[in-house]
Amino acid sequence: MAEFSVAAKEIRKAFNRRVIFEHISFELSRSESLSITGRNGSGKSTLAKILCGVLTPTAGSVSMTFENSIIKSEQRRAHIGFVAPYLQLYDEFTGSENLLFATRIRGLRRHETEVDDLLKRVGLFNCRDDRVGTYSSGMKQRLKYAFALLHKPALLVLDEPMSNLDESGIQVINGVIEEQKQIGIVVVATNDAEEAKMCRHNLDLNDAKRPLPSAFS
Amino acid sequence: MTWKVIIAIWLTLIIIASLVFPIVASPQHWYDLPNIRGLEQRARIMFFHVPMAWVTVIAFLVSMIYGIRYLVRKNAIDDLRSVSSAGLGFLFCFLATVTGSVWAKFNWGSFWNWDPRETSIFLLLLIYAAYFVLRTAVENEEKRGTLSAVYSIIAFVTVPFFIFIMPRVVPSLHPGSKGDPEGSGPIMQMRIDPNMAILFFGALIGFTALYFWMWSVRVRAERVNFHRLNIPEQTGG
Amino acid sequence: MSEKTFSALRSTAAVLKKEFASELRTRYAVNALIMFVVTTLSIILFAFGGENVSSEVLAGLLWIVIFFSAMSGLSRTFVSEEERGTTMTLQLLARPSSVYFGKLGFNVVLILSLSLLIVVLYFIFISNFVVRSYDIFVATIVLGGVGLASASTVIAAIIAKANTRGTLYPVLSFPILLPLLLAVIHATKLSMEGMPFEEAISDLQLLLSYSVVVITASYLLFDFIWKD
Repeated sequence: MAEFSVAAKEIRKAFNRRVIFEHISFELSRSESLSITGRNGSGKSTLAKILCGVLTPTAGSVSMTFENSIIKSEQRRAHIGFVAPYLQLYDEFTGSENLLFATRIRGLRRHETEVDDLLKRVGLFNCRDDRVGTYSSGMKQRLKYAFALLHKPALLVLDEPMSNLDESGIQVINGVIEEQKQIGIVVVATNDAEEAKMCRHNLDLNDAKRPLPSAFS
Repeated sequence: MTWKVIIAIWLTLIIIASLVFPIVASPQHWYDLPNIRGLEQRARIMFFHVPMAWVTVIAFLVSMIYGIRYLVRKNAIDDLRSVSSAGLGFLFCFLATVTGSVWAKFNWGSFWNWDPRETSIFLLLLIYAAYFVLRTAVENEEKRGTLSAVYSIIAFVTVPFFIFIMPRVVPSLHPGSKGDPEGSGPIMQMRIDPNMAILFFGALIGFTALYFWMWSVRVRAERVNFHRLNIPEQTGG
Repeated sequence: MSEKTFSALRSTAAVLKKEFASELRTRYAVNALIMFVVTTLSIILFAFGGENVSSEVLAGLLWIVIFFSAMSGLSRTFVSEEERGTTMTLQLLARPSSVYFGKLGFNVVLILSLSLLIVVLYFIFISNFVVRSYDIFVATIVLGGVGLASASTVIAAIIAKANTRGTLYPVLSFPILLPLLLAVIHATKLSMEGMPFEEAISDLQLLLSYSVVVITASYLLFDFIWKD
């Protein structure tokens, strides 16, 4: 992947009248990684959602640049993959169908072989024709990774990356994250110190109501 | 303060005049009002009911304009202006419906006939009511302002379909509609006697000024509340 | 057509297909709607008690049943996403306009199918229901259905984001739909009386322009409703 970067500028988010965080700014380039940490309620998931474009900030902006030209906000979703505990897939469809619909809805051409390869990579190939409603939480988590990697995104945002995963699941996902760190950008929002260590930079939201310079530590 | 006094005096005079000025067959004095065939004393409603219906439409437009501003800039003060105007619009709409209904009883014998004009004021009442029901059902302030602004715009675009087409399709009893033997009514045809015209436009101006004054008072009062609760008026980025 | 347009169309078609596939798997709405139609028509027939009812009343009743069927079924497409938490999933996958048109398409097909069912049952069970101008009747059912779907879809998107969805839906929809209902009942009456097509042109034009205006307004405003 060529020159690619993500920038957050002076992001502030308030719900009704409560300010969750403000003055959040950072910039990440290809092969950089950022962990977002903080106590419960400090807004880690909120910031993750804002980065993915599913939540609008109260003030400030997120931008993505590709080879020095800014990607339009409407087109950003093609370059973002998101995994989170509160992300739901369609229970009435099978694992395969969920991924195929996702491809189609993204406006991409259907690639059954790629879907199969992805399922093999996350270890779900054998249950690809079972309805997601029957999956265990660990299996659903793996499927979410397949879902997030389908379109080969440059930015991977992970909220609590290892939740619900067993030993083998953790190993698989560690591999995924390492690979993504080399070819793109990884942002991890987590409570877990071990998970945070996976990333080079850190943004701690515990004191994010005071103005911060460029928020790296 | 001055506006309050001016409006109060103005409207009091208008109201007294509209009720007290005699309606005679051939007006002689400056204070005589002409007799409109078919309406007689009941014409007096023109000075109340019509301005109220007029204000309700103005209030809807103002509410929608500030709703659109809120959609674009997301400043809480715009949503406040929008809601305050809608509340007044609802009030005037209710008054217009009631005055119209009472007049209908005197003129046509029953309080409600589903005449197209009656139905359209009822429709406006339903839209206002729906707007407020929607607002109570949304907790997040920003979402509440956004959704109610969108709803008022959607409602606005459907209202012309009703108001312009239906009365032409269904004959109406209302003065100024297809079925009225006098044609499009005394006001639209500008056949109105100058005395009545002055009084009528005076009432129109008076009620409109009353609405704007009430609206500004409501907004000012709520703004004090904003400052007390430390709500930023401009949250837009 | 550029690649971007193709991609948008593919996306919309995929959303539409997903709605159908989902409905086929879960039968969430269809079963309940068919039972609703059968129950409502039975009540109407019992209420008649064998009496002959005028064409005005029959036309009105037809659209009452269609309207309430719409109120029962057309909000599902947005409300079920919110209830199951898949709204965010769709936001990650698709442009808002693709979501809107995909779900609008689904609702149009749904209401036209329901209307067909209702009309067929009406013909079978109500002997008094005679249509003399079929051209007006078919045009009314089709254009009326599209208009009904267009208003119902945008209102469904709005209430999906609110709390008390069930009762809110008819309350918000009725004032928006009233002009459409009046036009459509009037045109149905004309078709029953055997009027020539020219008589109904202004009603049908209203129905068509209503749909165009509402869909355009909804498309322009949809981002504000859909995005959080």
